[in-house]
Amino acid sequence: MDTFVQQIINGLTVGAIYALIALGYTMVYGILRLINFAHGDVYMVGAFIGYFLAFELGFAAGPSLVGLGIVLIGSMIASALVGMAIERFAYRPLRKYARMTTLITAIGVSLLIENLFVAKLGAAPRAFPQLLREQSYTLFGNAAISKSQILIFGVSVALMLLLQWIIFKTKVGTAMRAVSFNLNSAKLMGINTDMIISFTFALGSALAAAGGVLTAQYNPQIDPLMGIITGLKAFVAAVLGGIGNVPGAVLGGLLIGIAETFVVGYGQNVGIPTTYRDAVAFAILILVLLFRPTGLLGSTVQEKV
Amino acid sequence: MKRILLSLVVMASLLATLACERRGGVTGDSNTGVIRVGYYGDLSGRTSNFGVSTKNGVMMAADEINKAGGINGRQIEILSEDDEGRPEKAATVVTKLIDQDKVIALVGEVASGNSLAAAPKAQSSRVPMISPSSTNPAVTQVGDYIFRVCFIDPFQGEVMAKFAANTLKAKKAAIMQDFNAPYSRGLTEFFEASFVKLGGQVVTKQSYTQGDPDFKAQLTSIRSLNPDVIYVPGYYGEVGVIAKQAKQLGITQPLLGGDGWDAPQLWELGGDALNGAYISNHYSVEDPSPAIQKFVSDFKGRYKIVPDALAALGYDAMRVLADAIKRGGTTDGPKLRDAIAGTKDFAGVTGVISINGERNAVKSAVVLKLQDGKYIYQETIKP
Repeated sequence: MDTFVQQIINGLTVGAIYALIALGYTMVYGILRLINFAHGDVYMVGAFIGYFLAFELGFAAGPSLVGLGIVLIGSMIASALVGMAIERFAYRPLRKYARMTTLITAIGVSLLIENLFVAKLGAAPRAFPQLLREQSYTLFGNAAISKSQILIFGVSVALMLLLQWIIFKTKVGTAMRAVSFNLNSAKLMGINTDMIISFTFALGSALAAAGGVLTAQYNPQIDPLMGIITGLKAFVAAVLGGIGNVPGAVLGGLLIGIAETFVVGYGQNVGIPTTYRDAVAFAILILVLLFRPTGLLGSTVQEKV
Repeated sequence: MKRILLSLVVMASLLATLACERRGGVTGDSNTGVIRVGYYGDLSGRTSNFGVSTKNGVMMAADEINKAGGINGRQIEILSEDDEGRPEKAATVVTKLIDQDKVIALVGEVASGNSLAAAPKAQSSRVPMISPSSTNPAVTQVGDYIFRVCFIDPFQGEVMAKFAANTLKAKKAAIMQDFNAPYSRGLTEFFEASFVKLGGQVVTKQSYTQGDPDFKAQLTSIRSLNPDVIYVPGYYGEVGVIAKQAKQLGITQPLLGGDGWDAPQLWELGGDALNGAYISNHYSVEDPSPAIQKFVSDFKGRYKIVPDALAALGYDAMRVLADAIKRGGTTDGPKLRDAIAGTKDFAGVTGVISINGERNAVKSAVVLKLQDGKYIYQETIKP
């Protein structure tokens, strides 16, 4: 029993990170119908900004909660700017062309960021400084939760609630929903759609950066290619939950996290090798696309004639 | 018509010069001039600690030999290539070193997977290759031009199994292997075989791959089986994180590992969670023998860091090669190959090196205990 609970905790930890990143995919898709493939790399950029901030500001020397807070928020702000820059310079000039053009550009931006980082920093993983004094708390039996796991849950839930509040209770959130409903009508209603799109990218990128810094507290290995697989899985999470649907992204993220943890934890008992960890996410993607293309919480959209 | 004729003549003359150049390169005198030795390793990829450290050792050996007058009066030139830790890139850079740079011998790689990718080219071109530290048996089985100056995994796996069963009195072992690394899978296989032969039991075998976001799922399964020791024959990057996450889960059993752990970055990632772990390795910097202490202090003077085992093996690989060139008196492929194969009782930093019939070095291994950033010598296990 305690092993089962432990695996659930492990799965939710990984899933919370996927959920944070999936939110960025889903919001951008909701507004622009664009799958921003560079989003996984923003997650990586966020981790690296956090890494350099920690060293520059002198927090790398020892654990400090204040330091962690500053590094986290600093990285979120800087990555928000990175996200806005990507939108402004790579996607906005192409917005009047076919959607496929932007999609391919997104793949290009992704490769550009990855290889730029490899060229500048090398592909060797770096050790993210530990800003949290690690400690484990026993729940019952052997089931334990570590401080970094509590941090990941706490911060992710707080950020998701904040996002929900922004989308449903603020003026800019209302504008975001209007743009996602119909971009042209929103423009006619006097909404500055460029500004709203920019804001959406900022929001998504900040969440991804938070994911990057939080992951690095849990698994301190960071490298320029860390965003590829994690980004793809977060994308699958967004599709699973129903792309464009915010609660769906969170649900999808948690489900993918638990699914892959269970494959590793219990797969061997039923003959599935633990190395199928990455395969399971993509198997889920195929199944969703086959049987419920709109995802778990997505609604069917009538094609306009 | 005239034009076509003219262009044909031009082309023919071009081809002729090209052909001449080619031949010139191959038949170049193999007994005079600078000796070009190729080094390839991971200098910028995921395991670049390995490649850089080995290169440091190789360069230091080459410089020492050159300073002492070279080999039979000839200087050594090291041509270094970065394979980024990728097997396909290793094969490419080795092809370049052999075909374009005309090196007479190769030193590399560390990771068995990369050595395996590059070895067929060296073999088919008859350019001897000495791997400083690839321990998977398959590497030298590629052909008779492939050598190594380290022990092989059947022995390394056996060393840890013996240590676990005899010294730690372990009965139940769990294994966590890096599934995509031939090195890790080889060690897993040989550890298991030896451990079972010594009366132990392997309760579970878990796998991970480089770049996994989390290792707690595997560790939780291992914890539920309550083994006496956990064997993690992986590379330092993942191992550091595994140690850290194992500690978070309250796992207190000792972790055991191999030479793939030995890199400064291990400590940055794992920190004090590594305390109490044991690894098998090629040599110990604490060894009081004068040869080792001289190497350690020279290396420290040159690079300002303590040489890990990979640096020592790189150093030995270069010196074994130099010794063979000196004894054979030539850098001609087949003759140099024979000279390397005849290496006997060569006093290396990592032990006395004799090349056996399978082109492996027969050497003893040491077991080290990890404590606060240091490797504390435990025992030597002979083959």
